[in-house]
Amino acid sequence: MKPGNHYVLVIEDEQPIRRFLRASLSNEGYRVGEATSGEEGLRMAASLPPDLVILDLGLPDLDGQDVLVRLREWYSAPIIVLSARDQESHKIKALDQGADDYVTKPFGTGELLARMRTALRHAHHVGPESTTVTIGELRVDLAAREVQRKGERVHLTPLEYKLLITMLKHAGKVLTHRFLLREVWGPQDALENHYLRVFVASLRRKLEDDPAQPCYILTEQGVGYRFAAEIP
Amino acid sequence: MRDQRPNPDDLLARVKAEEAGLTQGSLKLFFGYAAGVGKTYAMLENARRARANGLDVVVGYVEPHNRPETEALLEGFEIIPVKKLEYRGITLREFDIDAALERRPGLLLVDELAHTNAPGSRHEKRWQDVEELLKAGIHVWSTLNVQHIESLNDVIGQITGVVVRETLPDRVFDLAESLELVDLTPEELVGRLNEGKVYVTEQARQAIQSFFQTANLTALRELALRQAASRIHRQVETDRRNQAVRQPWATAERLLVCVGPSPTTARVIRTAKRMASAFDAPWLAVSVDLTGFPPSSPTSQQLAQHFRLAERLGAETMTLAGQDVTDTILEYARSRNVTKILIGKTNASRWHRLLFGSVVDNLLERSGEIDVYVIRGEEESRERATTPPGRPAWSGRPYLKAIGLIALTGCLAYGLKRLHLTDAEANTVMLFLAAVAYAAFRYGRGPAIVSSILAVLSFDFFFIPPLHTFAIADAQYVVTFGVMLAIALVISSLTARLHAQVERARERERQTSALHELGKQLSSLYGKVFLVGAAGSKIAEMVDGEVAIYLRQPSALPELAFGQDSTIAKHPVSLPAAQWVIEQDQVAGAGTNTLPNANAFFFPLTGSQRTQGAIAVRLPEHEYRLTPERKRFLQSCGNQLALALERDQLAIDASEARIKAEAEQVRNTLLSSVSHDLKTPLAAIAGASSSLLEADSIDEETRRQLIETVADEAARLHRLLENILQMSRLDAHAATPNKQWHVLEEIVGSALRRVRRELEGYEVVVRLPANLPLLHVDGLLLEQVYVNLLENATRYTPRGSTIAIRAALDGRSLRMTLTDNGPGLPLGVEEQIFAKFFRASPVADGGRGSGLGLAICRAILDLHGGTIVASTRPGGGAEFIIRLPLPGKSPRVTIEQDQ
Repeated sequence: MKPGNHYVLVIEDEQPIRRFLRASLSNEGYRVGEATSGEEGLRMAASLPPDLVILDLGLPDLDGQDVLVRLREWYSAPIIVLSARDQESHKIKALDQGADDYVTKPFGTGELLARMRTALRHAHHVGPESTTVTIGELRVDLAAREVQRKGERVHLTPLEYKLLITMLKHAGKVLTHRFLLREVWGPQDALENHYLRVFVASLRRKLEDDPAQPCYILTEQGVGYRFAAEIP
Repeated sequence: MRDQRPNPDDLLARVKAEEAGLTQGSLKLFFGYAAGVGKTYAMLENARRARANGLDVVVGYVEPHNRPETEALLEGFEIIPVKKLEYRGITLREFDIDAALERRPGLLLVDELAHTNAPGSRHEKRWQDVEELLKAGIHVWSTLNVQHIESLNDVIGQITGVVVRETLPDRVFDLAESLELVDLTPEELVGRLNEGKVYVTEQARQAIQSFFQTANLTALRELALRQAASRIHRQVETDRRNQAVRQPWATAERLLVCVGPSPTTARVIRTAKRMASAFDAPWLAVSVDLTGFPPSSPTSQQLAQHFRLAERLGAETMTLAGQDVTDTILEYARSRNVTKILIGKTNASRWHRLLFGSVVDNLLERSGEIDVYVIRGEEESRERATTPPGRPAWSGRPYLKAIGLIALTGCLAYGLKRLHLTDAEANTVMLFLAAVAYAAFRYGRGPAIVSSILAVLSFDFFFIPPLHTFAIADAQYVVTFGVMLAIALVISSLTARLHAQVERARERERQTSALHELGKQLSSLYGKVFLVGAAGSKIAEMVDGEVAIYLRQPSALPELAFGQDSTIAKHPVSLPAAQWVIEQDQVAGAGTNTLPNANAFFFPLTGSQRTQGAIAVRLPEHEYRLTPERKRFLQSCGNQLALALERDQLAIDASEARIKAEAEQVRNTLLSSVSHDLKTPLAAIAGASSSLLEADSIDEETRRQLIETVADEAARLHRLLENILQMSRLDAHAATPNKQWHVLEEIVGSALRRVRRELEGYEVVVRLPANLPLLHVDGLLLEQVYVNLLENATRYTPRGSTIAIRAALDGRSLRMTLTDNGPGLPLGVEEQIFAKFFRASPVADGGRGSGLGLAICRAILDLHGGTIVASTRPGGGAEFIIRLPLPGKSPRVTIEQDQ
């Protein structure tokens, strides 16, 4: 799908941010709608459902989190939230309440566009089409449950494999600790975050060239992990 | 009213009292001589008029007694709903003081001032409720019968033969600003009674009938009229003193009443109160302790009861220690300028008095210029203790020892006689006498008597002809026996006194040294918790009981600061009692009239500015041991603690003020330093963007440079702001680290990713052992440390340098290093670089840093209990060493076994 077909709604009260988003998104071929408050945003989204929503968490009238919750009551397309750097708890909350991703202010256009592309891609085809996924030097055969790195078979424990598949399924998207723990270990196990950290470390040792400078499993400190969608 | 002349202090006190009067409510009493004279009716009628004049009148409590007239008068008044209390299955209706305090009416009507509240109420007596209302600034009208006045209680008991249990301290009666005497002739009253207009239940009619005899009523009426008249007289006196300056003044009187354990003392105390009122003189109630009774004995209990009565009646109480009752009393009386001494007539038999003398006689003999009044004592059976507490355990051991001693002496004397070393009977007697004296000295009175009898018997049996019979040939041995017995008695009683005095002196010494020690301890301690802990444990040790300390909280219930595990803390009344004590700055709890159902005695921590809290003390056999001295001792401890708490608070305030000033200083430095750093990138952005906007034709290369400038400077501005915000959060301790178990590798990786743009062109080496334990840190903050160190390295080393990150276990801590192979640190700045706004110069690319990066690193490590230091390596290049203490146990996560 060409970006030109996508309608993006920006809910943001700061005029300079809106101006720069309008300029850069239009330049990329998106159609852009602008709302300056939470109420206006909800109204506009209802009258013409957008393909993607960019929502600022700090709005004057409504709490951004409330807008998110109300939007998610009926709206299923991607939502990307904008937040400040030191608000990890807000980011986690937004993600848990249905946001697809976040961008930390200040941000570059390139970063935002990459996130939007990932979100739109996930929105349009759920699940991998083929049974094999290749990212960088990593090849995962979903049918055979086999992982290869640089052509060599990598041995993963069942939980490691499940963790990798879960992240792969949402490649490019940030996944919170809670989400991953629930997906991999199941909802009944109330495990702590460090459980996940140890498994990620072990997975990195098996998959990455330098586990201290990973290029597949990226850390979103204080929030969770993101599996790289493409290797630069 | 101690002094009759108006001296400046008195005048000042009066002005203060008048000022206090502005905030304190006034009390008006409708005063009558018996039930049924129409006090409630008069009060309601007056209140009706007051309300008509626009006063906010509320009925707090009025006994209706099912009198239609009263009920009719009640109509139209706002009435505070009664509080219902369950007591042994009966619902009791009581005045709700809290509702009244909440409502704060202009005038509150509370019937029956002398009423005793139901158990479980805040106060034992209604007059205490009224006192609290007055203190809260609420004006109160109430009613009172003459027989309820404490000091008249016994007189009225004599007149009417009916003992009134509900009594009221005289000072409460004196508190009334105005008194309205409600009078009715006895004949009319009897008539009303017969018409059934006076409340009476059928069962009580008989008793009431005897009370309501005309003769009784006439006497009561006279007392009431006289009481009212004497009040008016006192009022006139007070007025005269306030106004006149030169008037003939009577010399000041001061009364002292001797208090003993004898049940007749109560009457003597009441008489003293009446006399004191008549003379308008202060009075002291004093006892001399030389008996050494254990504190739980009935005697001590009686004494404590008498002291409480005296205190209720307004006396200053004191226990004296001394050898001789008379001398001690007289000495104290002279030191306090006492003019009159009251003492109860002794009940001892004439023989006893002749043999041992009597305090009364001695007093009369030696009193000199002081008048001595001997009051006929009369037992008040109801004042007697209801529960006889256990006597000290009787022990047979001293008796056995005494018997053994005499037997030994007998053998010795016999042996001496056999060996013809001594033939004189006088020597044998002397030997026995010595033994008896020793027994008396060592074993007390009982064994002494036993030993003297034994001594006489064995002397008679073994030494006096006819030998080996108890027959006495000569009557003169009766004298021997008498002398021995007398010596035994004298020595044992002297010894007992001595013991008691030594015990008392020891106790005093113990208290004094405990107070001294407490004072020393408190002055060397800081912090509420420690002060309270020190005082609490000291007091608990001294009184050998449980102690709880409650501290005043601003606009909240008092906080239990000591004795959380005590039974006091668990008692439901403790918290309200503590709150009341703190608010009123008065004692309460067990053994007092306020909240007596509490399980401990509560007294206030009276500071110089206000009450700081309350101490609760619970003793095993509580009642008997809280003698006036002990209370005074506790109060002294309390005062010391209160002052220490105040001092502590002042120190905290002072240091807070200093911190505030320092923070202000830091803020100013920050502002001046930051404003420069902020202006530079702003100027660059503004300049570059305006060139882009204004220039008509601009070549592609220049355009690109200008845009890069904008982007770079914006990034710099962002970084600077981030740093400032983070630093201020760390400074303000607003950041509580969100510690979780982290993998160091992940934190380093995440930091490297954040600074990957700056690291372009550098070689980064990461060497982390695989077996590192999990770290309990705030991941974001530790990542920030690495980000700042990496940025710092890129700033001070040329491109192409190598940056190495290593970590190793070092004992109980983790040692993390970040090294580069750049030029290293300038000499002598290893410590300065961690200060705020310090920039090492020369800087590779013109001072891009905020001057905060390393300060933030140090603040973060401080927050984690770690350290960070910098040095130049011997081979060149800077080295930053981070040490992080490892917790005793880190969680282990096992990856499941391969299949």
